[in-house]
Amino acid sequence: MADLLNEGGRSLLLGNEAIVRGLIEAGAGFASTYPGTPSSEIGNILEKISSDAGMYFEFSTNEKVAMEVSAAAASSGVRSFVFMKHVGLNVAADPMMTLAYSGVRAGMLILSADDPSAHSSQNEQDNRYYSTLALLPMMEPSTPAEAKDMVAEAYRVSEELGLPLLFRTTTRMNHARGVVRFGPRRAVKAKGHFDKDVAKFVNVPAFAKLNRKILLEKYAKAQEMSEASDLNFEEGAGEVGIIVSGVSYAYVKEFVSGASILKLGFTNPLPERRIAEFVRSKKAVIVVEELEPFLEDQVLRICGQNGISVPVYGKRTGHLPRAWEYSPDVLKGISGIVKVAEFPEPMKVPDVVLPSRPPTLCAGCPHRGMYAAAKKAVGKTDVVYCSDIGCYTLGVQPPFSTADFIICMGGGAGAAGGFDAVTDQRAIAFMGDSTFFHAGVPPLVNALFNGHRIVMVILDNRTTAMTGHQPNPGTGRDFGGVSTDAIDIEALVKGIGVGFVESVNPYDVKKATQVFKDALAYDGVAVIISKCPCPLELKKSKKLVVGECKVDSTVCNLCGTCLKTIACPALFKKDGRISPDPVQCIGCGMCASVCPRGAIEVRR
Amino acid sequence: MKYTVQIVGVGGQGVLLASMVLGNAAMDMGFDVAMSEVHGMAQRGGSVLSTVRFGDGVVSPLEAAGSADMIMGFEPVETCRNLSLGNRDTVVLMNMDPVLPSMVAAGFEEYPSLDLLKERVSSENPNTITIDATDIAVKAGKAVAANAVMIGAVGAVKGFPIPKDVLLKALMSQVPEKFRELNAKAFEMGYSAIA
Repeated sequence: MADLLNEGGRSLLLGNEAIVRGLIEAGAGFASTYPGTPSSEIGNILEKISSDAGMYFEFSTNEKVAMEVSAAAASSGVRSFVFMKHVGLNVAADPMMTLAYSGVRAGMLILSADDPSAHSSQNEQDNRYYSTLALLPMMEPSTPAEAKDMVAEAYRVSEELGLPLLFRTTTRMNHARGVVRFGPRRAVKAKGHFDKDVAKFVNVPAFAKLNRKILLEKYAKAQEMSEASDLNFEEGAGEVGIIVSGVSYAYVKEFVSGASILKLGFTNPLPERRIAEFVRSKKAVIVVEELEPFLEDQVLRICGQNGISVPVYGKRTGHLPRAWEYSPDVLKGISGIVKVAEFPEPMKVPDVVLPSRPPTLCAGCPHRGMYAAAKKAVGKTDVVYCSDIGCYTLGVQPPFSTADFIICMGGGAGAAGGFDAVTDQRAIAFMGDSTFFHAGVPPLVNALFNGHRIVMVILDNRTTAMTGHQPNPGTGRDFGGVSTDAIDIEALVKGIGVGFVESVNPYDVKKATQVFKDALAYDGVAVIISKCPCPLELKKSKKLVVGECKVDSTVCNLCGTCLKTIACPALFKKDGRISPDPVQCIGCGMCASVCPRGAIEVRR
Repeated sequence: MKYTVQIVGVGGQGVLLASMVLGNAAMDMGFDVAMSEVHGMAQRGGSVLSTVRFGDGVVSPLEAAGSADMIMGFEPVETCRNLSLGNRDTVVLMNMDPVLPSMVAAGFEEYPSLDLLKERVSSENPNTITIDATDIAVKAGKAVAANAVMIGAVGAVKGFPIPKDVLLKALMSQVPEKFRELNAKAFEMGYSAIA
């Protein structure tokens, strides 16, 4: 990782690193998040360097809380930064909508990392609409270098308007890399004071009605700032105009020639007069943007209001796709209107049957053991496996197939209650420790309150694994000069009155299977806590004690039970033998635990 | 001049490190650089792809299909799977050391023979160079240095715009000090295997 606290110089930075550098240069004093790809690296970096940067940073228990703590900071005069993945903003939307009414006293940026093509997500929603829904100003960078500089400008605009600003990125910005030059750093203000103002900060109906008018006035001012902003600029020349924002600008700039480009960085409110003027002088206009026709529809409206009859091409005309992220290839769709670079004929993928390579649970992943136990205990019982967001989502693949229903963080446990109420199927909910603290407690309370008979399995691997091993309330915090105790999941669950609570070691598949059977037989809400640290996290923190599994081929009869029930990537069937791969095997012993003949020995 | 390297492989093979080395070397040469990486869910043993682009006026972090100047394949099946990233003039550098997917390991799917993969890739692409990077790395001292072998091999490819010494310097700056000797040796051996 580049040293983001350096004075001057240049570095090849990931978009997320560039954004952190932007925060440092802008003197941000407060940051909060709930980890989510493609924004996660920002948190991992801040965990390491926020103290040295003079900034307070926290992993909040969920995005809503992250929004609230950052709102308090900005309301107390400290520049704050809250960041999350796109679906996280759904969770945080409630405080955001009214925070727009209150406004803020220091700059506040809300970073939404959208994920076109859903590389690591359950949908590809376009969060630009949140800016028009909440009436908040919005900016969208196109490259890492621009993102770094845009952060400072975004704080300036946010402060001048007294409004939080939506800083919208996408995967190919967050996870792109480019050369970034370091600029001077503004002094950090990390402590503030909350000066009370009930009419501003307490949106009871009487004040909310007034604050709505104030918000609309600020929005009109934002419109003028957008008209004048250097983040919206024209370049190139030609009869055809292209209106573009985000990473699509990089594709257009490099692979389209002979067109006049209006590049938009300040994308809500749009610079309407500027757009009208731009379009009026063109023979035709193309709007290039990923996902929804957010700009395109507004351009069409602006044309309508200004009596402009220049044709506008894009998604509405079928020239550009609405689904999935863009790449230079999508420009072929507009090659009849404007000059697009010619790309060579791609080679054919040879006609060979290639094995699939989906992402998979790691060798020694404790989730494998719990899923094996669940399958064994459930047998032929008609169940609905409700799953959730995390590594354990990968249980959807065979041989486990332990995910029948996934919608959102914490959603599996909520849905399990519904399945119990509406079907005669047994409802099982799997959820990770971090997800449990994020959104798992309310559905568990709901199941108790409404008498849903569910089995909830909390896969406590002592970390937020999928996003790169961030701490969570179940691990306690130990960075940035703050140390807190871990919250005991078992005590919490017992404390709210769950009648069946058992903790198991998932590496002991036999024992876990028995506990699972007991839970299925229990008439009420049953909670199983699968306790075992993520080996990858242990490896990172150099705490992993690596053992080794050995198969005695004189005892093994090649029944394949280990392969079929655990499917560990470290177990191979090769040359008529089952043999563990010594490089991948950590000696967890799950395979030994399921072997009916005791042919596998674990050496530690 | 513009140049695009598409690096394909499996999570954990060092694809990201290789892309960092090429990208930093390109920056040191004074080129504009734009890259794209895969993070997150796909890292868990899945297929990974990194795009490294450099040259004059490079802005786009992605490249069009068929437009790669080089495909740097860390794994035979992944090289084969991603062949449409390049065209017949593309240089395909193909490490012949397979990483078996879990479904193959468990006996549910089959891994094609290496000879077949090599033959099919070579017949589609006349500029295919195969290398046993892992074997070479083992000879250099440790299997994990296979990515340094691959980077050395890239430096020896005719027409590659970044000279060997710049690549080696970038590699040294990206690896921890205690692994520099191993990586330097692996790099040299990779270079010699192709040159």
